[in-house]
Amino acid sequence: MKRRDFIKATAASAAVVCGPETALARPNLEPAENAVGMLFDSTLCVGCKACVSKCKEVNSMPPVIEGDKLSWDSARDLSPKTLNVIKVYKDGTAESKDQEVDGFCFEKRSCMHCVDPGCVSVCPVTAMRRDPLTGIVTYHADACIGCRNCMVGCPYNVPQFEYDEAFGQIQKCQMCNQAGVERINNGQMTGCAEACPTGATLFGTRKELLKEAKQRMAMKEGEIYNYPRGDLSKPDHYHEKAIPAYQQHIWGEKEAGGTNVMHISAIPFDKLGMPPLKERSSASIAEGVQHSIYNYLALPAIALAGLSFVIRKNINEDTEDQGGNS
Amino acid sequence: MSAYQPVGGKYFTRPFIFFLIVFLIGFYFMAERFILGMGSISNLNGGFSWGIWVVYDVVIGTAFACGGYAVALTVYVLNKGKYHPLVRPALLTSLLGYALGGFGAFFDMGRWWQFYNIFLPWHWNFNSVLLEVGLCVALYIGVLAIEFSPAFLEKIGSKKLLNRVNKMMFFFIALGVLLPTMHQSSLGTLLIAMGHKVHPLWQTWQFQPLMAIISALTMGFSIVVFEGAFVSVGFNRVSETPLLRGLGKAIVGLLITFLAVRFSLLLIQGNVAYLFKGDMASLLYLLETVLFVVPIYILISPVRRANGGKLLLAAISMLLGGALYRFDAFLLTFDPGPGYSYFPSMPEMMVTLGIISLEIMVFLIVVKTLPVLPREKHS
Amino acid sequence: MSKREIDFLEMDFSEVTRRLGVSRRVFLKFCAGVAASLGLPPGAAMAMAEAVADPKKRPPVIWLHGQECTGPTEALLRSEQPSFEHLILDLISLDYHQTLDAGAGHQVEDIKKKTMLENKGKYLLVIEGAIPVKDNGIYCKIGGETMLDITHEAAENAAAIVAYGSCASWGGVQSASPNPTGAQGAPEVLKDKTVVTIPGCPPNPANFIGTVLFFVTYGKLPPIDDKGRPKWAYGRLIHENCYRRPHFDAGRFAKDFGDEGHKKGWCLYQMGCKGPETYNNCPSLEYNNVGGGVWPVGVGAPCFGCSEQGVGFAKPLFSLSDVLTHTPPNTFPEIDDREGPQGVTATTAALAGAAVGTAIGAGLVTARKVNEKDTSDADE
Repeated sequence: MKRRDFIKATAASAAVVCGPETALARPNLEPAENAVGMLFDSTLCVGCKACVSKCKEVNSMPPVIEGDKLSWDSARDLSPKTLNVIKVYKDGTAESKDQEVDGFCFEKRSCMHCVDPGCVSVCPVTAMRRDPLTGIVTYHADACIGCRNCMVGCPYNVPQFEYDEAFGQIQKCQMCNQAGVERINNGQMTGCAEACPTGATLFGTRKELLKEAKQRMAMKEGEIYNYPRGDLSKPDHYHEKAIPAYQQHIWGEKEAGGTNVMHISAIPFDKLGMPPLKERSSASIAEGVQHSIYNYLALPAIALAGLSFVIRKNINEDTEDQGGNS
Repeated sequence: MSAYQPVGGKYFTRPFIFFLIVFLIGFYFMAERFILGMGSISNLNGGFSWGIWVVYDVVIGTAFACGGYAVALTVYVLNKGKYHPLVRPALLTSLLGYALGGFGAFFDMGRWWQFYNIFLPWHWNFNSVLLEVGLCVALYIGVLAIEFSPAFLEKIGSKKLLNRVNKMMFFFIALGVLLPTMHQSSLGTLLIAMGHKVHPLWQTWQFQPLMAIISALTMGFSIVVFEGAFVSVGFNRVSETPLLRGLGKAIVGLLITFLAVRFSLLLIQGNVAYLFKGDMASLLYLLETVLFVVPIYILISPVRRANGGKLLLAAISMLLGGALYRFDAFLLTFDPGPGYSYFPSMPEMMVTLGIISLEIMVFLIVVKTLPVLPREKHS
Repeated sequence: MSKREIDFLEMDFSEVTRRLGVSRRVFLKFCAGVAASLGLPPGAAMAMAEAVADPKKRPPVIWLHGQECTGPTEALLRSEQPSFEHLILDLISLDYHQTLDAGAGHQVEDIKKKTMLENKGKYLLVIEGAIPVKDNGIYCKIGGETMLDITHEAAENAAAIVAYGSCASWGGVQSASPNPTGAQGAPEVLKDKTVVTIPGCPPNPANFIGTVLFFVTYGKLPPIDDKGRPKWAYGRLIHENCYRRPHFDAGRFAKDFGDEGHKKGWCLYQMGCKGPETYNNCPSLEYNNVGGGVWPVGVGAPCFGCSEQGVGFAKPLFSLSDVLTHTPPNTFPEIDDREGPQGVTATTAALAGAAVGTAIGAGLVTARKVNEKDTSDADE
């Protein structure tokens, strides 16, 4: 093979992969038709952490003990022992709630249940799956090899590996629907939504929740709104409260293909630790590149055939020239 | 009569004992990891779930092990027969690098007792880049073993088997060129799914596989130069500089391509501003660029290229640059979100150093025992 | 033992114990308790005991009633340690009180006028009930005069003014929307005066007595907040000291009267408890020394926010309260708090440096040797 030919062939295949729109790029995945999810309204959260303790109860998670204070669950972030945690945003004197400067607010951290989940896309052994009906992103330890690519591939750092166990596994929120819990399948709502006294964590289908969120956005600040609690399709309570100064942004409507767990807040989301995501999911780009190269293994097969032919020819020539073996 | 011969000599030299001690320390921690879990010896956390075990042992380690790939490509595909003497030592380092990279991957696996799941087709997720990397690397280790097997077969004198292997060799060499092309590019593709966590100076999206494969090839050629120099000094053999300097030309071409693509992408993707931020990322980018430009400067001149010392310096600079490129993208500028940071723990580093030591020890034993290095013309 | 403490112990309290009908031990304990809850140094207890023991210092008190249900007085009637009769007979000189005065009509009105004249600038004015201001205050008249005028007149020469009860403090139930009589609290009516408010519906008599004792002892009023409330009694949210607080922190909420959580004594927040936005000391004092956790939250009724302007009589009973503070704040992780090992140590940095350094060093040494070898090879 001539060097020029080789470079030509290489450049051609590179062009296939790296073109402005790779040959087999796919769009973001669409939400499941009846995807269930949650809406977290940071302005309603009073920081009671009912959701944190209920989550631990439902998922049989131990408290996180810091130092020798044995009395309190002091989880600082998501971990293999904590699938859901309430964090505080504080600025300056932290005087008023839902105020960006000199204010504070609470923010929930738990799996966002992406519509186009990075963890599912990157998992080599299909241990992460998106439920086709509910859209819940589930984890299956029996398949998992512990490579932790899901952790790297998750924009929100949600999956957490049990580093401290000799035989650990990944832990993540599965919307209280994992085998043995199955609250959603039994017609219940998630533990956190059930426990939340203010409806800051609201359970429902993605469609309903998105509608609810947009309705709140559309109202004027100060207007009285009847906030539902629990399950949006059949709220157990309502309570009246004035509409706060919402950011006109529903986190999870579009970010990286959207999420089934959506957030709204009076404070910009970058202050609340949300990642700088674009509308296109990274997973869709990675898969586009991967499939451009490996679709039906056509490209590698052609390359192998070509290489075999060239190499065989070259070896034979060498052997004839030198009479030696390789 | 084979063109290769064992070097011979005693095994327990002073450097060997040094590496043995490092390995034993690493081994101690490896055992601890399997008994108490990864958390007991590593600094891995929720944001940095891939530490040096993945990034050095697998991502960089296998790039260092691209010597066999680069030489096979040159000798068999581009038909430059004069480089033939470089094939076996290059294959040996590749085999060792990849085998230990594979071991590193296994060692890093959180659920290692289920590692075979990646070989079970009903578990496969064809969207996963890591699946491609895993299967391809596993296959390539086998291919490398076959490619290297003549050295072993010659030693035990199994002529029949040797002939059979040699007859099929063209196919394995072809695989041996194809597979690294696949997984070395995929190691770059891995970065795409990490999205915003990868710094914009390194996140080139669909160009990641291209950047990875060019730099891997460059590192492959460099490691051959590097290893050639060390072998000739270490075993007091004839200098291979006259042969190695030819590879310098290939390195220059690849490097210029790499930098050209990289800078154009910076412009096209609109990330130039990040260069002038003066932060850690921009400094690391600058350092990388220096490490890439130094070898271009050295190797572009036939005079400097003919100087063995300078040639080696160019190779080292290139290897450091390639390693830094990967470290930067995967670890140093990797940003999972506010509050996360990572630096490997002492045991974590000792494990990696232990694996490197093991690699060197096995290399020393094998070249002393098996016909790997070319027969000296006069000695 | 300091001299003052010896004085304290050796003081003759036989007179005071006889008058108040409590033992010396109980009396001293009470003084120490009040002093402590007022946030005063230990010596204050003795000063207080001295002031109480010395009957000469009894300040005259004018007690006005406006729009109200007389709840605060009724609450005070049931107070103990000291009991109400000892309060009005021994600690203060209750010269005018429309509910309790034995006399009536012109007789008491004359006494009031006389007292105000004789004790100009010395008497304590207690206002109970809201003051309607609409239509020149015609909606509440006593003896032909409007409450508005009476208040202004009495406040003119008062040494101190205490608004006792929510109505007097900020209007209370009378001021609830639509407030047809324009009911206001004393601080609003007496804008140029300092008014100490003891809100509550009814207020806790202990908060009143403590404030009066302070006044009796020091001749001035205790430190107050921007709403005129003594800081010692209203410095903290009910939520902060509530013994159901651990249930709030653990997310255990009663959802309805009589449900499982309610029976188990869980947090009443979800039923509309206003403890998180109401300043009062109910959880620590409870109510009127009944004991056994007798105060609204203690008996399973969500706090109504009776002592908080804008909450009690303003917010619906079962609406959720705003949680004003989140103490202690350090129990909340901040956005960038993370679990697990983070960062670099000197040892690890040194080891990494050594490893990379050794590799580069070995490379440089070899580079030099290669050069030597190349030269010697060329020579051969």
